[in-house]
Formats: sequence, C-alpha cells, structure tokens
Amino acid sequence: MRKSVFLGALTVAGLAAGAAAAATLDDVKARGTLNCGVSTGLAGFSSPDANGNWEGFDVAVCRAVAAAVLGDQSAVEFVPTTGKTRFTALSSGEIDMLSRNTTWTFSRDNDLKFTFVGVNYYDGQGFIVPKALGVTSAKELDGATVCIQTGTTTELNLAEFFRVNNISYEPVPIETNAEALQQYSAGACDAYTTDASGLAASRATFENPSEHTILPEIISKEPLGPLVRHGDDEWGDIVRWTLNALIAAEEMGVTSANVEDMASAPTNNPEINRLLGTEGNLGEIIGLDADWAKKAIAANGNYGEIFEKYIGEKTPIGLARGLNAQWTNGGLIYSPPFR
Amino acid sequence: MSDTHGETVRFVRETMLPEREPPTSQVGLLGWGRDNLFTGPFNTIVTIVSLVLIGYLLAGLLPWMFQSVWRADSLSECREIATATWGQSEGHACWAVIRERWPQLLFGFYPSELYWRPILAFALLIVAVAPVLFPWASNRLLAVSAAYPFLLAWLLWGGSIWGPVMVAAGFAILYFGVTLLSGRIGALGALIVAVVAALLWWLFAVGPVAGELARLIPIGLEPVESRDFGGFMLSILIGVVAIGCSLPIGIVLALGRQSDLLIVKALCVGFIEFIRGVPLITLLFVASTLLNIFMPPGTDFDIILRVMIMVTLFASAYMAEVVRGGLAALPKGQYEGADSLGFDYWQAQRLVIMPQALKISIPGIVSTFIGVFKDTTLVSIIGLLDPLGLTNAIRADTAWNGVYWELFGFIALLFFIFCFGMSRYSMYLERRLRTDNH
Repeated sequence: MRKSVFLGALTVAGLAAGAAAAATLDDVKARGTLNCGVSTGLAGFSSPDANGNWEGFDVAVCRAVAAAVLGDQSAVEFVPTTGKTRFTALSSGEIDMLSRNTTWTFSRDNDLKFTFVGVNYYDGQGFIVPKALGVTSAKELDGATVCIQTGTTTELNLAEFFRVNNISYEPVPIETNAEALQQYSAGACDAYTTDASGLAASRATFENPSEHTILPEIISKEPLGPLVRHGDDEWGDIVRWTLNALIAAEEMGVTSANVEDMASAPTNNPEINRLLGTEGNLGEIIGLDADWAKKAIAANGNYGEIFEKYIGEKTPIGLARGLNAQWTNGGLIYSPPFR
Repeated sequence: MSDTHGETVRFVRETMLPEREPPTSQVGLLGWGRDNLFTGPFNTIVTIVSLVLIGYLLAGLLPWMFQSVWRADSLSECREIATATWGQSEGHACWAVIRERWPQLLFGFYPSELYWRPILAFALLIVAVAPVLFPWASNRLLAVSAAYPFLLAWLLWGGSIWGPVMVAAGFAILYFGVTLLSGRIGALGALIVAVVAALLWWLFAVGPVAGELARLIPIGLEPVESRDFGGFMLSILIGVVAIGCSLPIGIVLALGRQSDLLIVKALCVGFIEFIRGVPLITLLFVASTLLNIFMPPGTDFDIILRVMIMVTLFASAYMAEVVRGGLAALPKGQYEGADSLGFDYWQAQRLVIMPQALKISIPGIVSTFIGVFKDTTLVSIIGLLDPLGLTNAIRADTAWNGVYWELFGFIALLFFIFCFGMSRYSMYLERRLRTDNH
C-alpha cells in the first residue's frame, strides 16, 4: 500500500516534470523572469559587480534571451552554479538555461540529456610557462612539472598530449584555479595548463605579465556554449536562434547603436529586415514578438560588441578574436541564414 | 622561654629585619623572563629560535599589512600606487578591494537600502541570547528569545508579517493543547492530539489564513529573495540556526540513545550513526541537487532552508554524542539519588542529570558549535555565495582578478572574532559553573 502511494507520487511528480519541461517558454513568461545558470565567478565571462549586478560574456547571452522573450534584459534571475551543481540545476528545472563556459562534448549531449544550442566561444587548452624557462613549444616540456586542476577534462587532455608525443611530465594536482595560480607563481610547477582564455586572463593579473609566455600549442578542443535540457525543442530553438541573431547581426553590421534606425523602417537588405522583423514573420514562427531579435541585439549589442566589451583586446582579459572571428574573417563563428 | 634559649643558643635575634626589595633578577621583566623563557639551556634555545621565527614573520607581515594601498579602483592601480610610493609592488597589500567590497562580503547581494534589517536582526540576536548566556540579564528578556526565530525570518526574508505570526500560532496551539487537555485525556493523549492539531494547522491552515490576513491588514516588509543572501550574513544565519537547534535536538537524541524503549533507541542510534558516517558536503549535495530531482518542478523549497536543515541535522548528531559523553561521566549514584527523591524521568533529567551532564560537556559542546560555524563555508561548493564563495566572484571582476590574501585575511579575521568569542565565553561559563572547591 505504502509503496504504491510512493510510486504514485513519483509518477505524478514525473508527469508534472514532463508537463513543465514541455512549456519552458510559458513558464518563463508566467514567471516574468528567466532563471539562468551562470558561473559563480570567471573573469570576463560572469562576475557580480559591487552592487550585485552580473556582467560578462556568458551573462550577456542570458540577458539577450531575456530581452528576446520578455522584452527586458534585466528580467533575469542569475543562479550561480559550480562545476558540480550546474548539470543537476538544469535537469531538475531549477534553471531554464545554462550559460556557464560549458564544453560541448558527446557524453554531456547524449548521456546527460542536454541540448547544446550552439557555441559562443571556441576555447582550447594551452600552457603558460615563465620566460626564464626558455621553452618555446609544449613539446619541449619533457620532464617538466605541470600544475593541473583535478577532475576536469584538462587533466585527461594533458595525459593524452604527453602520451601521444612520447614525453614525460610530472603532474602537480591542484583543486582550484586560484590555488593553481598561487602554486605556479610560487614556482611549485614549471608550467600551468588550463583553457587558453583562462590563461590569458590570469597572466594579466601577474605582477610582471611580460615574464610569462603562453605556448602556441592548443592541445584540445573546448567549444563552450549555452545549453538547455532535452524535451523542449521549442525552448531550445529560442535560445539557439537568439545566439544566432547576435552572430548574424555582427555579420550584417547591425549594432546596438544602429539597430533602432534599421528596425524603424525596412532597409534594402532583406535578411536584415527578416532578422529585425520588418519583413516576413520569423517572430511569429518562433513564438515570440516580431521584434524579438531587435530587442536581443539592443540589450548588449551584437556578438562582436559583447566580445569586445567583456573579453576583447581592450579589456584586461585581452583575448584576440582568433577562432572566434566571423567566418568571413577566417574564424569559426557562423550563423545559419535567417530565412 | 627566652631564658632557656638564652642558655642554650648563643644568639637570638629579638627584632625583625626590615623588609628588603627582592633582587632585581627575580622581579620585573627580567625575573619573569628568567622564570618563563630562559630556565635551562633547552628552554633558552627554544625561546631564541621562536623569537627569531616570530621576528621573521612580523618583518614580512607588518610592512605588507600597514604599508598598503587603501584607495584604488583596481588591482593594477593598487600596484601602480605601491610602485610609486615604495618602489615595488610586491609585499604591499591592496586593501582597496576590501574597501570597495566589504558590504558585499558582509551582506552578499542583500539590497543596500535594507541593510538595517540584518543589522537589527543581529542586534536582537544578542538581546535574545542574553538571558540564556548571562545570569545578570533579566528573565523577562526570555519573551524576546521565544519570539526571536519568527522575528529573524521576518526581518531577513521580509514579506507579510502574518506568515511568521501564524506559524508561531501553531506553537501556541501545541502549548495550550497540551496544558488544557492533559487533565482530561492524560499527558500522552494530550500530546498526541496537540501535535496532530498543530501539524494540521501548519500544513493546511497557515497559508490561506496568513494570505487572507495579509489582504485585510497588510503589514509587511519588502520581500528579499534567498538568492540575494550571501557573505558573512549567510554564514551567521546558517551557523546560528544550526547552533540554536542542534543543542536541544542533540540532547533528545542522546537521551533516546540511552532509552530502554527499543524503537526509540534504534531510531536514535540509526540517525546518529548514519549522519556521523556521512560527510557534511554529501548532505549539502543532497540538499542542493537530489531534493530538486525528487520534488516536482516549481516546488519552491528554499535552498537556504534546505541547507539549514541539513547542517542542523549534521550538528545534532555530533551534539548527541557530546552530550552522551557528559551523561556517561555522571556517577550512577546521581541517577539513583534522583530516583530516591521520587522524581519522575523528566524531573530527574531536568533537575539532577542534565545540569551536571551539560556542565561536563561544555568544552565539547562549544567545540562542536565552533566547528559547525566554520563548516558553513562549505556551502560555497554548492553555489551559495558565502564569504569564500564571494572571493571567487570578486576575483572574477576584471578589476580585482589576482587578489587573494587580502580577501582571505579579512574573512579569517571575521571568523576569528566569532570563534574566539565563543571559546572565551565557554571558559567564562566553566568558571561560573564550577562548584567544586579547588
């Protein structure tokens, strides 16, 4: 008897979960805010300022989605997640989307039942060494001690890279990035390895950045992007195409400065007109207002503007576009057509 | 007598010598040093080595702490100022980060215009615990202590006042149910009826009644979401709740473990051993992730409430064992003495056993309190922004990326003040309760 009650309760909970998952858009609209999972703190990608307002490259994606869906880029509840809690927070429905420098991998997509809606940053694992070491390539690191964060994909990549190149190394396992940097600056290891974006951000904080160099080898692919859970393709499409709208806007030259002008009257570029809702009915097809993309772009600008504002070469993070340039400039950032 | 002495002893002093100053090598700094620092060659060597070590540490630490930059907007600006002033940027603290972020480290993202609420809650906490901690505090303050849990919740989370009031009314139902009914249907019957009535009230009536009252007489504070809680306020909140609830629960568990009733005993032993066998971080993961999956989506079971419950359960299990240690240390004669006076079980516990057992356990109890308070920093692992979690968030700001020791030093100082205070209080309490005549 008791067992059947328990099973019944589970079934009801499961059904409720299914029903809720199937209509994330309605939930978000009813709630009036978007619950967006972000990192508890990663320089340039997500961080709270002194007043508790979240800012950053990943945060801007959340704000663009909120602007597209709710018309207000500040209607976001940012849920700080750690590497350990991010996936359960998403699959349990605590957050509607996760925008937290998460690498798109086979097992996360299939085994954990998530949908990666795109890539907003192509990262890869690199090495930083002191110039005094006199090393110019990662292949010269034979016998070096390497600081490495445990329990991450970077640890596995490191082992594979050294095995493939048939050179030896001595790992120094470290728990957090902060601790690793302390160990590296104290000289406890010859090299530190993590995502190249993180290395650049960290190097900028050293007392003498010019005494350290980032080696040219990138030993892994780390495509980072926002994700949603399986089971609600309509919601996944909204997040995917909001990201694509930001990317397409840069390609077509739509910026936060001129988006109002361009959207006020049809221009002579039909794709811009379709994107901004002055022609066609793309907004209606995706289940949003006609000017959804305009609002998303107006929030923090197009992809290129967001990049320059938070992690670009003029910021202390100082990342070059590299792989993250538009495909027209030799990068990998590419949006399918708005048609 | 002196005559006899006069014949047998050659010389008898008949006046006292005037008192003389003790030799300078025995008093003052020198004497103290000789007695405490330089007795024998081994101690002398230890003293000198220690002095050198302390001097070395202070030589590095003091310039770092006091030749520091207080006014800057970023770490790089700090370094520029330090280089301009002292010629190098290494070895000089950048306290500007504390200057800019101290409200955040204390209150998290709590709205700044509402800071008076946590401050008032903290001030009331001192009033509420005074009658429990100090003999000179008036017993009338106990009314504040009883109302405090509801005041705390209302002040911190805000919202309508009727929610906490109606929850408190449940306890009134419990109390009056027991006192009024116990004459008619016996103590146990009254307890069962009162508990059932109170549970029904909490589960079904509180929500609608409080909602209706809030509509009719809207008294309330601006609500603040749990997500905005953070910093030291979060640590204190979780610590105070866990400390306040774990002692009574721990006492009950310790008594249950010694009970002759098989089921009660089995339940208590099972609970204690299970909780003690599991790391706190596991319980926190259960609170943050597993419960989410079990509960239907949209259920708003506050994350901070979940964490507080888990930390309380964890502390209770340890507390139960500490109290059991105190109980085991009491001689059997105390139990038999209480029985021979005709006390029933609860009277014996209240008047004879517990006062002695708890007194024995004070060091253990306070150690557990301090441990729980420090363990609250573990919540940063499940994404709550306690002071340690905030250090990461502050470093993620490009202006402060690379600041470590200043933040950790500030947090360590705050924790030290609280933990040291608790430990000094426990020593005061032990002195006050000392009844033996040594």
